[in-house]
Amino acid sequence: MGTRRLVVVGASLAGLRAVEAARKGGFEGRITLVGAEPHLPYDRPPLSKQFLDANGADVPPPTFRTEEMLRTDLGAELLLGAPATCLDTAARTVVVGERPIGYDALVIATGAIARRLPGTEGLAGVHTLRTLDDAAAVRRALDAGARTVVIGAGFIGAETAAAARKRGLDVVVVEAQATPLVRAVGRTMGGALASLHRRHGTDLRCGLSVTALEGDGRVERVRLSDGSVLDADLVVVGTGAVPATDWLVGTGLTLDDGVVCDETLFTGAEGVYAAGDVARWHNPVFDRPMRLEHWTSAAEQGALAARNALNPGAAKGYATVPYFWSDQYDTRIQFVGVPDAEEIVVADGDIERDHQGVALYRAGDRLVGALAVNRPTEIMKYRRLVARGASWEEGLAFARSRSDSRQTADV
Amino acid sequence: MKITVDRSKCTGLGICESLAPDVFEVNDEGELVLKTQTVPPGTLSDVEEAIAGCPTEALRLEP
Repeated sequence: MGTRRLVVVGASLAGLRAVEAARKGGFEGRITLVGAEPHLPYDRPPLSKQFLDANGADVPPPTFRTEEMLRTDLGAELLLGAPATCLDTAARTVVVGERPIGYDALVIATGAIARRLPGTEGLAGVHTLRTLDDAAAVRRALDAGARTVVIGAGFIGAETAAAARKRGLDVVVVEAQATPLVRAVGRTMGGALASLHRRHGTDLRCGLSVTALEGDGRVERVRLSDGSVLDADLVVVGTGAVPATDWLVGTGLTLDDGVVCDETLFTGAEGVYAAGDVARWHNPVFDRPMRLEHWTSAAEQGALAARNALNPGAAKGYATVPYFWSDQYDTRIQFVGVPDAEEIVVADGDIERDHQGVALYRAGDRLVGALAVNRPTEIMKYRRLVARGASWEEGLAFARSRSDSRQTADV
Repeated sequence: MKITVDRSKCTGLGICESLAPDVFEVNDEGELVLKTQTVPPGTLSDVEEAIAGCPTEALRLEP
């Protein structure tokens, strides 16, 4: 095998796993890990959860590995603090700063970038929540007792609101859709989960958009489309993320809401594979292209992309049932599969009233998704059902048997 | 080989259960239960995948 140098662009979870998998697989060549942020690779899920708790400013960042481990144990050259700006698939180079770096195998794991509100760049107190620096700024504002407005009731927004409420701060969540979490769990279940906010004292306002952020250098007010005005010291924008592909425009790679890959995460350019939030690949479990922004798939794709890039002749496909979780207030929300469904049935428990239960998602005659709310023992059983293509009837029957045995146990 | 779980790290996310259900199960309280402490025959690669897939790096295989 002629691979002498692996370059991994993107130093978050997928990028780290790419480096680790290369070494674990016995690759002895040179590895260069390129990261746009100055930080060592760190874990993102805690940033909108524990990291926002009132533990003072000295909480260590959720760094995965020490610099020593990365440089010495993994033998990786770290180029942190500047993004890759250019890729030449013919010359096989990426450019970081002014420097061209040659590769034999390349893993693109540049992730996604949080959407900002246009026109708010110069206004202090307005933050997205994607990076360690974002999270540190949000935490400082919460430490100072900020009146908080969260824009977007997706997972980032909901978790941020929960963190503010945990400190007893006033928080308003503004959502353009009719219910929270539409993209993640669909409208029906998003509606059932809206009560979670209200029960914990979060002022949730759906079906409204933000018309202006106002303030003199620093945000003071948020104007909404119904004419109302909210006082705010902190505005957290949680309106999704877009794949970080700007640097790849014009390189010959196919870009379509992400870097388009085949089942093996191969981009079509020799030696170049993609992984994580930036990759749109063909998922055979659902027989369609997908781009996921989930921890599990980023980790798994990162490792696989590196193995495939180093040994393309034996490249393996990536098939997965998407999984994500969210902790909001005292509730754990877990979802497996896909939320686009023709029918959704709460098959076990009562999600809206008790914030406990399982909802099943049907497409055709197949079980394609499951939502578990405070039912941690259930969720992975459905992941396996979805993975093996279980029918809708099978899913319902399984849920009935679980619900029956639970009731028997409760008597 | 013995499977161990660091209780101070595990948050019961369940990825291990989906990969190796004969070994791992999250209970009603969200705690991980080891159904066995030794790797059942034929499941070593599943268990290794579960260990690698743990978001909190709470699982280990010890000799």
